Amino acid sequence: MAAEASAIDPMAQFHIDPVIGSGWSVFGYNLAFTNSAAFMVIVLAVLWVFMLGGMRRQLVPGRWQVAVESMTSFVSNMIDANIGPKGKHFTPYVFSLFMFILLANFIGLFPLAIIPGLHAFTVTSHITVTGVLAVMSFSIVLIVGFAKHGLKFFSLFAPHGTPWYLLILIFPIELVSFLVRPFSLGLRLFVAMTAGHILLDVFASFIIQGLHANNAIGPVVSILSFAMVIAVSALELLIAAIQAYVFALLTSLYLNDAINLH
Amino acid sequence: MDLASAKFIGAGLAAIGVGLAALGVGNVFGSFLEGALRNPGAADGQQGRLFIGFAAAELLGLIAFVVAILILFVVKG
Repeated sequence: MAAEASAIDPMAQFHIDPVIGSGWSVFGYNLAFTNSAAFMVIVLAVLWVFMLGGMRRQLVPGRWQVAVESMTSFVSNMIDANIGPKGKHFTPYVFSLFMFILLANFIGLFPLAIIPGLHAFTVTSHITVTGVLAVMSFSIVLIVGFAKHGLKFFSLFAPHGTPWYLLILIFPIELVSFLVRPFSLGLRLFVAMTAGHILLDVFASFIIQGLHANNAIGPVVSILSFAMVIAVSALELLIAAIQAYVFALLTSLYLNDAINLH
Repeated sequence: MDLASAKFIGAGLAAIGVGLAALGVGNVFGSFLEGALRNPGAADGQQGRLFIGFAAAELLGLIAFVVAILILFVVKG
């Protein structure tokens, strides 16, 4: 694939390797504890420590409690603005989704590779993970929609006051745009994370290749690439937060469709 | 032209779509700033809509990126 064999493979960082139990198999499926699972456990542990450290209910909150409360109030404000008072039940789900994606994105950017033999793994850079999260949101929308409105839920696909001859056209379009939601939701997060990490890896490989080049322009390329890596890292921190926010925002918008049935 | 070079040209052409999505995303944020500077009081209430527009515009660029990656790594040439 690569032009030279010595080139650094930017896709290597997404490989899923077993950490322990590479031989464990159940019904022919390999159930090894992979680096993906390990980083999910790390994300969960960090999230737990963060939440348990801040849920103290002190009248005058300390710094930690303020940090936790600002996250919870951010999500509950988003739910209030998008769904209204009926959406209060879904705040825990959207909050867990938002915090898990946010921490998975941030921990994936953690420069763990300065310790030899380790490298950070971004859980959300695999469509299996983001796809499951998206399908989970989508099924909650379907279950809530059908449980609350029964077959009237299908009126979601026929906006009020549409003439019948337009309905023939609009119903399939709305149906397709509804059914494509889980794909677009999962794809967005997965591709944004993958693209960012490939970009970082490509510029990082420019640094090393520039140092190994035996000409005058090599070090210049290295320094420029190093500046670029710093800039892209800052951009990636922004993207990590924005993508977590967009995922939670779109989930709450889809829940709004199911609850309030526009 | 052999298949391997056609593959690289195709992936490069698919990557143009990412740049076009950049125009769209820039337009979303530019228009938001333009409106927000005229009426800063209303700006905070529209942030949700800003990010919905951003997400919709960005998705199409990301799909172009996926197509480029699929051509490069999945298509056997």
